[in-house]
Amino acid sequence: MFKKALVVASTAAVTAFSGAASADGTLDQVKQRGQLSCGVSTGLAGFSQRDENGVWSGLDVDVCRAVAAAVLGDSEAVQYKPLTAKERFTALASGEIDILSRNTTWTHTRDTSLGINFAGTNFYDGASFMVMKDLGVTSATELDGANACIQAGTSTELAIADYFREMNMSYSPVTFDTSDQTRAGFESGRCDFLTSDGSQLAALRIGLADPSNAVILPEVISKEPLGPVVRQGDDQWFNIVKWSLNAMIEAEEQGVTSKNAKNRTVTGNPANKRLLGAEGELGSNLGLSSDWALQIVTQVGNYGESYERNVGKGSPLQLDRGLNQLWSKGGILYAPAMR
Amino acid sequence: MFKQKTLEETKAAQRRSTGQSSAASFYNNPSVRSLFYQVALIAGLLYFFGNIIGNTLANMEATGIKTGFDFLDSAAGYDVLMSLISFESQDTYLRVFVVGFLNTLLVSAIGIVFATMLGFLFGVMHFSKNLLVRKLAQVYVELFRNVPLLLQVFFWYFAVLASLPSARQSLSLGEAFFLNVRGLYMPKLVGGDLSEWVWVALGAAIVGVFFLRRWAKARQDATGQQFPVFYASLGMVIGAPLLVALLTGLPFTIEFPVLKGFNYFGGISVIPELMALAIALSVYTGAFIAEAVRAGVQAVPHGQTEAARSIGLREDKIMKLIIVPQAMRVIVPLLNSEYQSLVKNSTLAAAIGYPDLFNVFVGTALNQTGQAIETIFMTIIVYFVVNMVISFLMNRFNNAVALVSR
Repeated sequence: MFKKALVVASTAAVTAFSGAASADGTLDQVKQRGQLSCGVSTGLAGFSQRDENGVWSGLDVDVCRAVAAAVLGDSEAVQYKPLTAKERFTALASGEIDILSRNTTWTHTRDTSLGINFAGTNFYDGASFMVMKDLGVTSATELDGANACIQAGTSTELAIADYFREMNMSYSPVTFDTSDQTRAGFESGRCDFLTSDGSQLAALRIGLADPSNAVILPEVISKEPLGPVVRQGDDQWFNIVKWSLNAMIEAEEQGVTSKNAKNRTVTGNPANKRLLGAEGELGSNLGLSSDWALQIVTQVGNYGESYERNVGKGSPLQLDRGLNQLWSKGGILYAPAMR
Repeated sequence: MFKQKTLEETKAAQRRSTGQSSAASFYNNPSVRSLFYQVALIAGLLYFFGNIIGNTLANMEATGIKTGFDFLDSAAGYDVLMSLISFESQDTYLRVFVVGFLNTLLVSAIGIVFATMLGFLFGVMHFSKNLLVRKLAQVYVELFRNVPLLLQVFFWYFAVLASLPSARQSLSLGEAFFLNVRGLYMPKLVGGDLSEWVWVALGAAIVGVFFLRRWAKARQDATGQQFPVFYASLGMVIGAPLLVALLTGLPFTIEFPVLKGFNYFGGISVIPELMALAIALSVYTGAFIAEAVRAGVQAVPHGQTEAARSIGLREDKIMKLIIVPQAMRVIVPLLNSEYQSLVKNSTLAAAIGYPDLFNVFVGTALNQTGQAIETIFMTIIVYFVVNMVISFLMNRFNNAVALVSR
C-alpha cells in the first residue's frame, strides 16, 4: 500500500519536473489554449498600461497583440500578466508566460545565462536622468554627491554605477521595487534625481503631480535596446516572435498600413504580396497561416502606427522617433529581408 | 516500553514451546518490519528529492540557464545604499552577500532591543493603578497589533519620514543634529592622540560596575544594608572616562555634519529607510511582546503579591523583585518566537529600499545573474541559521530563568 503510493508519488514527481522542458512546443500550447500569455509591466505609460476598463495598450502590448494576431488570428486573444522587474525572467523561465514584452534591455549576460532569447528590438533607448527644476542642475556632470532613485533589478542599476565611477563622482543609490515607488521616492525629495531609461523617464514624468516641474537631462549614459523575450530552446516560437516584430517594421517600410493592407494583397507590388501572404510561403515556413502578417497589420498596424499611437505624437508622451525611425529615414530600424 | 518487552518475550516463549521456528515468521517480526518500513521510507525520500534535484539541474542545463556558485567571485557592478563594511560597485557578489547580511543583522538587532524595551514598558503599564496609563497600554497594543506590518512600514516611510523637509531646509538642533527627508545626521567624536585611554577607562568602569554589583549584593545578603548601586554605577561609567579625558587634555574633536552640495556630509548619518524599518519592526513586535509580558505577569499567582506586601515591599519593588522574575519563565519562550518573527519580517525592507540581505541579494543579485536557485538557497540558509542561533541563546536564557524546583 505504502510502496504503491511511493511509486505513484515518485512517478508523478518525475513527470512533473521533467515535463517543463520536453512538452509540446509553445506554438501548440498557445493554439490549444486559444490565448497568448504575455508578461508586461505593472504599468508604464506608453509601453504597457491598463485603462479604467482594464484594457491594455502600449508599444510593448502591441508586440503581444501582433503575435496573437499572427498565431491565433485575433489580437485580443491575449492574457496579460503584470510583472515587476524582479519577477520577469522567473515568470518566463517557469513557463507562466509565453512571451515577455516588458521594456527589457537586451544584454549579453541576460541573453547567454538566463536561458532566454531576445527576439529583436522594438525600442532603442538609453538610461538618462530626471531632476526637479528647482535643483538648478542642467547636466549630469553636476550630480556629484547626489542621491539617486532607481528601480531594483534593472540594467540601469549597473549603468549608473559605471557612469559615476568613470566620471569620478559619488552618489547614493536608493532602490525601490516598482516604478511607482521609485517615483514616490523622487517626489518626496528622498533623491535628487531619478534614473531610468529615457522613455520610462518621459512616462514617469507625466505621472508626477506637476510634470512641468521636472526636467530630463540631456546625457544618455548607456545603450538600452528594449525588446520581446522568449524561452531558449523553442526555435519555432522564437522565429514567430522575431518575424512578427519584423513584419511590423517591414510593413511601415513598404508603406503598408492597417487601412490599406487588405487592398495591397491584390493591388500591391510583389514585395507587398509576399509580406501579406498573397504570394510565397512565408507563413507556412513559420508554421502559421499565410495571412499572418496581414492579420498583424490590419489588427495592430505597422510599427510607425503603433509608435505614434502609444508613445509618439498621438500620445501624451510626445516622444520623437529618434533612433526608432526607419533606417531609410535616418533611424536604425532595419528588418531583415522578407523573402 | 516495559509492557511491549514482556509481550515479545511471551511470544518468543510461545514460539519455542510450540516448536515454531522464528525464521518462518521472519516478516512477521515487528522489529524487522519497522526497520524495513523506515529504510523504505528513507530510500523513497532520497529517491524523491534526488529526482527533483537531478531533474531541475538537467532541465536548467537543457534550457541554457547557468548554474553553480561561480558568480559569487565576479564583480557585482552595482552600488549599495548603506554598508557597514567598505563596498564599491567593483566588489564581488560574495561581498554584496556579506553587506546585506550585516544590514539585516543591524536592523534586527536594533528592532529586538527596542521591541523588548517597548514590550516590557507597555506590558507592565497594563497593570498600573492609573487608568490613563492602563488605557494607553491597551491602545498601543490594539493599534499596532491589528494593522498589517507592511502598511506600518509604508506609514513610517512614506507618510512620516517622507514628509520631513528637504536637505536645504533641515530641522536642526543646535546646528549639530540635522533631520531631513534624507535621514538623521549627528556629530561624530573623532579621537586624537591618547584618546584610546578614554575608551580603556570606560571599559574599566564597566568591569568595575560588575564587581560593585556583586559586592553590594553580598553585603546586602550578609548585613541587610543596601547600597545605591545605580547611582554609583552611573557615576563610575560617566566619571571615569571624563576624568581620563580631562587628564589627557580632551583629545577629541567633534565632526559636525555639513551641507555640501546636495547632502550633508561628515558625522554619523542614519538613512530614513533604516529608521522607518527599525521603528515599524520595534513598534509592531513590541505590541506582541507587551502581550507576552502581560500573560507572564498574570501567570504569577496573586498570593505572591500579597506575600510581598505583607513583608513590607514597595509596589515598584514587588514588580521588579517578585513578579517579573517569576513571570520570565512564561515570557521567555514567547519572546523567542517574537524575535524570530522580527528577523523574518525584516525582509519587508525590500518595499522601502533598505538594503538588507533579501533586497540586495534575492532582489538585485538574483536579477542581474538570473541564478534564482543559488541566491534563494543561500538566503534561506542565512535566515535559518540566524533564527537557530536566536533559538539557542533564548533556550539557554530560558533554562536560567526556568522554575528550578520540580
